[in-house]
Amino acid sequence: MEEFAALLDRLVLTPARNGKLKLLADYFRDTPDPDRGLALAAITGDLNIANVKPAMLRALIAERMDQQLFAYSYDYVGDLAETISLVWSADEPLRSNSVPTLGDVVTALERASRSDAVRMVEKWLDQLDASARYALLKLVTGGLRIGVSARLAKQALAQFGEVDVTEIEELWHGLTPPYQPLFAWLEKTAEKPESLSLAPFRPVMLSTPLEEPDHARINAQEYAAEWKWDGIRVQLTSEKGQRRIYSRTGDDISHAFPDIADFMTFEGTLDGELLVARSNDTEMEIGAFGDLQQRLNRKTVSAKQLESHPAFVRVYDLLFDGAEDIRALPFGERRRRLEAFVKQLEPTRFDLSPLIGFETFEDLARYRKNPPHPIIEGLMLKQYTSAYVPGRPKGPWFKWKRDPFIIDAVLVYAQRGHGKRSSYYSDYTFAVWTGPETDPHLVPVGKAYFGFTDEELKQLDAFVRNNTTERFGPVRSVRAEPKHGLVLEVAFEGLNRSKRHKSGVAMRFPRISRLRWDKPPIEADRLETLEALLRDTQNPE
Amino acid sequence: MLKRPEELLRSTPAGLYSPAGDFYIDPIRPVDRALITHGHSDHARSGHRKVMATQQTLDIMALRYGADFAEETQTAELGKSTEVNGVTISFHPAGHVLGSAQIAVEKEGMRIVASGDYKRRADPTCLGFEPVACDVFITEATFALPVFRHPNSRDEIAKLLKSVEQFPERSHLVGAYALGKAQRVIRLLRDAGYDRTIYIHGALAKLCDYYETQGIKLGPLAPATIEKGSVADFAGAIVVGPPSAFLDRWARRFPDPVSCFASGWMRIRQRARQGGVELPIILSDHCDWDELTDTITELHPSQVWATHGREEALVRWCDLNGYAARPLHLVGYEDEGD
Repeated sequence: MEEFAALLDRLVLTPARNGKLKLLADYFRDTPDPDRGLALAAITGDLNIANVKPAMLRALIAERMDQQLFAYSYDYVGDLAETISLVWSADEPLRSNSVPTLGDVVTALERASRSDAVRMVEKWLDQLDASARYALLKLVTGGLRIGVSARLAKQALAQFGEVDVTEIEELWHGLTPPYQPLFAWLEKTAEKPESLSLAPFRPVMLSTPLEEPDHARINAQEYAAEWKWDGIRVQLTSEKGQRRIYSRTGDDISHAFPDIADFMTFEGTLDGELLVARSNDTEMEIGAFGDLQQRLNRKTVSAKQLESHPAFVRVYDLLFDGAEDIRALPFGERRRRLEAFVKQLEPTRFDLSPLIGFETFEDLARYRKNPPHPIIEGLMLKQYTSAYVPGRPKGPWFKWKRDPFIIDAVLVYAQRGHGKRSSYYSDYTFAVWTGPETDPHLVPVGKAYFGFTDEELKQLDAFVRNNTTERFGPVRSVRAEPKHGLVLEVAFEGLNRSKRHKSGVAMRFPRISRLRWDKPPIEADRLETLEALLRDTQNPE
Repeated sequence: MLKRPEELLRSTPAGLYSPAGDFYIDPIRPVDRALITHGHSDHARSGHRKVMATQQTLDIMALRYGADFAEETQTAELGKSTEVNGVTISFHPAGHVLGSAQIAVEKEGMRIVASGDYKRRADPTCLGFEPVACDVFITEATFALPVFRHPNSRDEIAKLLKSVEQFPERSHLVGAYALGKAQRVIRLLRDAGYDRTIYIHGALAKLCDYYETQGIKLGPLAPATIEKGSVADFAGAIVVGPPSAFLDRWARRFPDPVSCFASGWMRIRQRARQGGVELPIILSDHCDWDELTDTITELHPSQVWATHGREEALVRWCDLNGYAARPLHLVGYEDEGD
């Protein structure tokens, strides 16, 4: 339990991806089975153990200490699990040989009822140190929240075993904690485990951005063109009654989309874009990305949401036709099969992403500039001869995104970065003008921490340090007046309405595209500009 | 016996003052006569006319403020009593940093111990705390919350060494206050068997040299400058400096640094996160909750005055455990100084 706790403590404070990978890979190397596999499952969210409610923990601590002192402590720390882990003192100190391992804890909790679990937790709290108590409490309350995605954990496994991450993604859904056969294979003491489960994930094929030198390669004989839909990439696979909806990284998201899964009556594997419709009084129309977000990151989905934001999949590739693996066939052939395949599917849940007819590259450039629907974020160009291969090979599939949106905003706050950037003010909050023209004020509309060069970072940092008006911990507010301040040109991919932001808008992928030292702040954009853009993109004609 | 302890010591805007003896302890404004518990700059300020402190504290003040930091200085021998205007004064080790002392003041059978900052666990860089029986015990309350229980310092240093081994291509920047904490970190690293050169920020150089003259061996140290070498020299190195320096441009000379901070505050994860600390080292020169309450239990004073920090929790504990206690509102001491 202590090693697991030490790992969590480090992970939660390590900002860099490489640092996290190293910590995880070292842990997998140094920790025996079954603990390492259980830790992995805890991180990927695949551990199924009895949950303890925060109220039960409060009751436990109330038996042990003065409530006033606990209140002072909780007030200071702010996190219940952390407070309890720190204030807990054992009735009598126990010897170190009675310290439970992660395996002991998980095995006991798998069999426990919720009320048994509380008593076990109490006993373990007496046996563990503060750091391990914290890890235990996070484990039993079901929220590690350590900034490590399942994807990153799989990357770390790949690094540890020196294999490609797609191999792990492909195997993943046939495996269960504590993953001993997986670790044995990664340590090269056993053969690669056979994927025994039905409907496994197949690593997806990705595209590379189309850049100037490759424009000449694109012609109508060799490449098919499609719209690039701004939804989420999904793989739908159905085998002998087992139906799964995977994200592009192999996470099983079936539970969030029963309205799709219910209609997966086919045998085979489809690749496509998950979108949501938005119902108004008379008809359904495709929703914006903001509507899709209503359906994402939810454990369960309500009947109301199923009705107001029904999901459907716009399919664009076929990987398995029935039991037949057709990934090695050329795209043109797969496409013909796909068109026939779609005919048997429920039309309100599945439709075909159409091919766009074109003759010249200039036609494509025009389409890209004027897409017929706001949910389109550019074009996809696919070579007719290309096989479906995992990863991101350059050439067979290109994405050609439309130009980003651009606004001029004023720098208002800067925050110190992390890791390599901890001595730089590198996270920038920017604002636009609002209120009467004669007496405007700034309202923050977003935050960006990339897009600039190292040299520009130094200039930005110097500007922040020389123009600080106030400090709040790691944050500084900087001078932002009509005639004095710094204008940032901000590029972004789209806008959503937001209740959390005072401005009412939230940007997608904002980044600094240029520093406008030449521009006085008063000439930066106004909020009305963003509001107009929001109307255009949210309400398709 | 004096009727009220406030006749012997009480808080004033300039600091803790003795009406009976006409002197101050750790005053925050320039005064005629000051008794200084230890050399941290919020306790030992310049500009007093007469200063009485241990020899080491006087030396440290001279290093920081120049040899003429006071018109007159008087060395306090530990454990020896002297009289100031009819008040008996004695200094006793506080275990906080090199030279630190508690100050006991006594008149007509009433004794108050102003402990300054103190800790109870072993520290290889200074003398250990000696309990002094008293009627009123003035205690710090920097970490006076039950959440603060400092772990074993050896284990904390082991965390740092493990990370150095795990990330040999990165440098480890350890933020530690220039007086006391920095030398303690270095000494603990040596005790753990780390014998490579430790690089130090310029602000630490004089104090580290001084510790050496006092018999505290710190091993090979070198300035953390790159004029002579290259950035790559710091790969795998441990660099110790004041925490403020690591947030400054100074830190940019190091390759992909792991920012570490040696402080009791690092017990709270959110504190570490807010400060951009990647590797917290929970190491304090102040008492934790158990040390504070154990000390009060051991001394069994008739009154406890709690100052700088979370007085309310300590006063609550005293109420629950039958000690008369009150917060002593002194201003000007930095809550963050650990």
